[in-house]
This record gives sequence, structure tokens and C-alpha cells, in this order.
Amino acid sequence: MRPLTLVVAPLHKSASCEVTRMTIAISIKDLYKTYANGHQALKGVNLDVSEGDFFALLGPNGAGKSTTIGVISTLVRQTSGTVTVYGKNVDTHVYETKLDLGIVPQEVNFSLFEKVGDIVMTQAGYYGLPRALARERTEKYLRKLGLWDKRDNRARMLSGGMKRRLMIARALVHEPRLLILDEPTAGVDIELRRSMWDFLQEINRNGTTIILTTHYLEEAETLCRNIAIIDEGRIIENTSMKKLLDKLDCQTLIFDLRHEIEEATFTELGLINAQLIDPHTFEIVIGCDEDINGIFTQLQNKGIGVKGMRNKTNRLEQLFLSRLKSA
Amino acid sequence: MQANYKYIAFETILIKEIRRFARIWVQTLVPPAITIGLYFLIFGNLIGRRIGDMGGYGYMEFIVPGLIMMAVIQNSYANVVSSFFSQKFQRSIEELLVSPVPNYVILCGFVAGGVARGLAVGFIVMLMSFAFADLAIHNLSVTVIVVILTAVVFSLAGFLNALFANSFDDISIIPTFVLTPLIYLGGVFYSVELLPSAGRIVSSFNPIFYMVNTFRYGILGTSDVNIFWSLGMLMLFVAILFAISLYLLRKGTGLRH
Repeated sequence: MRPLTLVVAPLHKSASCEVTRMTIAISIKDLYKTYANGHQALKGVNLDVSEGDFFALLGPNGAGKSTTIGVISTLVRQTSGTVTVYGKNVDTHVYETKLDLGIVPQEVNFSLFEKVGDIVMTQAGYYGLPRALARERTEKYLRKLGLWDKRDNRARMLSGGMKRRLMIARALVHEPRLLILDEPTAGVDIELRRSMWDFLQEINRNGTTIILTTHYLEEAETLCRNIAIIDEGRIIENTSMKKLLDKLDCQTLIFDLRHEIEEATFTELGLINAQLIDPHTFEIVIGCDEDINGIFTQLQNKGIGVKGMRNKTNRLEQLFLSRLKSA
Repeated sequence: MQANYKYIAFETILIKEIRRFARIWVQTLVPPAITIGLYFLIFGNLIGRRIGDMGGYGYMEFIVPGLIMMAVIQNSYANVVSSFFSQKFQRSIEELLVSPVPNYVILCGFVAGGVARGLAVGFIVMLMSFAFADLAIHNLSVTVIVVILTAVVFSLAGFLNALFANSFDDISIIPTFVLTPLIYLGGVFYSVELLPSAGRIVSSFNPIFYMVNTFRYGILGTSDVNIFWSLGMLMLFVAILFAISLYLLRKGTGLRH
């Protein structure tokens, strides 16, 4: 797999200025959506995302993430409520708000029979870019996303990861101020996912506001500064990533040991809330405000070497599950 | 700037549509040429010789305008219904729906694509007809206006069909059960004078009968209908179908939840 080439120039010079940091990029007010079959997907969603933010919208399957994005992109008509992009209502200021928006959907939604280059060029045309500029931008974003060599290939010939990158290139061709990605790295291998993270962080640093939905909580924790959790059509948490992680009251750590130890030796250690998983590994649940130095001291006293230590689950994942449970 | 962006968007849709039917020319341009060529050969040349004159012209000369019109009608309809429904099916129509392209530009773009294919196939059939009949165009303006208006009407009809269609079966029902009978009973192969009075009355309710005859007037100078009435009716159809399509697009029928 070819690594992505990242040569990112500033997208929005004005957006990168600190003075605009507090501008609201998108504001969702009292959003309700009931589908024709009676399913109430959104039950009063309220959300503000500041300009320049890297924002995560998390939630289990069917929570209302895609419906929310659908309303923002106007593919779904809300039952009531408003969405404003940079202060303009998406239903009444269609031209201005859509120019500011780039959408990367969850599922592939381009013609598989078209050439990669044509797909991006066509999208540029829909946004009114003159042909010369459209060609220039198409090359720029296909190169950035490592697809320039594939520009004359039919889209159906692309791998799953390439198709996702193509959707990102297509969403960026008109250089929107706000990019919304609905699970952009689903089904993408680890190396490519990391490359995409780097790319998204780079364009965010250059001024593009990003809203991301993902099932990979590690992704949200790595990339996003602010986070909202949606469940059954309601926002149940809306805060900064740091504040959310501070709420974590305990964590499960896994210790990988250098040599085998026996059950009896492990019991002698007297570690509380600890369990030997196999002769080389044990796990321990500790409070977030507790020091872990004591554990190392006890192990050292018994001459037990530690090869490595890690969280059993991603910290955010632990919090996410407990928050959903309590909701 | 806004007007320019709308024009660029329209041009983009049109180019995409032309690129699509040109890419699959074996499915879009060749079959109608072969089918209509066989009509020329069998009905016009072999059987036509025994039929004699029709409406004051040789049978081959009589059916050529009708067959060109048949190609235009079928292909303008087929282009829009299949292209738009395929984009709905693959969800690539979302590329357009999330963009700032106004609904009327989307509609005009697809209709222009349908007209382009209708005229392309019509032109191919016309070139083929030169091998079978000596044709001179009697009234160029009427010929051009009626063929374009007809292509627009059936492109709009194809668009409406695609909006409501939920499966590939739904896009073949109208062409099979509505369009084909109307074309065959629309005076492509016969003059209305051959019909009993009841048949003439039924034909007068068939819009394709007016289109075929107006086009025939443009080429041969003979027609079973009043040309001005026919052109007026075509323009009315365009206006009505355009208004309905635009209303449904705004409403999001078949496209937005």
C-alpha cells in the first residue's frame, strides 16, 4: 500500500486566523426527524461546532448520526428545527451554505463506471469551478490522496480504501470551510487509516473545520478536540475531549510480563482487583486518580520484570459504553 | 458569478450525460440504428413496394419521417430514465443533491442530455434513410422545432418515470406498455385516412400522432394534422411536464427522505 503524499497548503487563509476561532461553523437547533414509517430518528438535537474545530459525533448504530448529517447536507428533510452553516440557514441560503460544506458519506456514492478523474472534475463543475481551475484542483487533491496515478481508471477498479479517499478528494475539490466525514475510515487498513488521520489533521490545521463520525473511538480520541455523543436521537454528552476523559473514574491496565509466573506467586503480590490471565499477562482495574507506581514496586520486589503495559480498552471506549449504559 | 456557476453546472451535467451514452454506444447508438434499418429494409423496401402510395408519397418516403421520430422519442426517453434512475440506484445522484446546483438546472441538464441522445440517434437514422429514399426537407424550421420539442417532451417524461421508479422493472413498464403502443398507433406506418372514423377519433387523442405528422409535414410537406395546433400542443406539454418535474424535484420525491 502506498503511503499518502501530504503536501497541504492552507485552504482558507481567513479561517486560519485566531480571531475567527470562536465563529460558529455549524449550529443545529431543536432538530427533529420522523421518517415516513414512523421511526423517530432525531428527538431534539442541539449542537454547535466552532470554526476550526475537529469535532467527533459518536453514537451506536441507529443513534441518529447519519440522519443528522443527512439533514445538514439536505438529503434528509427535517420534521422541524434548523441547521445554520456560518450563520446561514441551509434551507433558505442553499447556494452559500452548500459552498461552505463538503460531505464524505458513509457508503460509496459515485458512479462505479466513471473514471476517477472525471468523478472529481464533475463534482468541481457542480460547484461552478471553471474548467481550468477544476482540472488544477482535481490534480491537487488526487495527488494529495495518492490517487493521481489512478485518474484514468474506472472507479470500480479501486480498492475499498481508495474509494474512501476518492470520496474525500471529491468533497474537498471546492475547498469547503466545513468538512463532514461519516465514518471515513470504516474498513480501511491500519496504515492507511493513520495516513488519513495525518491528512485530516493537516487540513484542519490549515483552517478547515471537521466533523467526524466514527466507530473507532481511538480515532476520535486521537483527532478530535470536542465531542458529542448521540443516542436514540438525543445528544447525551457534548463537551471537550479532555473534560470527557477526565470523567473516567477507573481504567483497566494489562501488564505483559517478561517471564512466566505461577498463580501462587501472583496471589502473593496482593494486588487488589487484579487477575492473572495467563502466565505472562495479568490485568488490574485501578481508579483514575490512583498512582500505578505501587504496582511496579510490588512487582520489582518479587523480581518480576514488566515487558509492557497498555489499556485493556481504549479509554474513550470505556467512557462511551458507560455513558450509553447510564443514558 | 451566480449565473456563470449555473451555466458551468448545466454544462457539467450535459457533458456527463453525453459522455455516458457515448461510452456505452454499443447499447445506446447501435441498437436503434439496426432496428430502424431493419424497418427500412423490411417494411419500407420489401413490403412497401407492394403497398404502393401512402398519403400521396411512396411508402418508403412516407415512413422515413415516422421512423426518425420513433428513434428520437424512444432514445430521448430511454436516456433520461435510465441515466437518472441508475444514478438514483447507485446513489451517485447525491453528488448533485448536496451541491448548490438549483433544481431547474439539474432538470435542464438531464433533459438536454436526453435531447442530445435523441437527436444523435435521429441523425444516424436520417443518414441511413438516404440509402433507401431521396428526401428533401420541405420546411426546415418546422422540422427542427418539432424534433427538438418532441425530444424535450419525452426527456421530461423519462425524468418523471425515473423519479417515481423504485426498481429497474419500473423503468421498463412505461416504454413497453405505454410508449410503444402510442408510437405504433401514432401514424408512423400508416396515414390516418386508412382508419375508420372511430379509429381517427382515437388517434386524435394520441399526442405522438401529432408529433409524427408535424415532423412528416416538415420533411414531406404533407400532414394529417394542423401544424400550428400541433406545435402549440407540444409547447403546452413541455410547460406542463417541466412544471410537474420541477415541483417533484423541489419536494424531493424519490430523492430525499
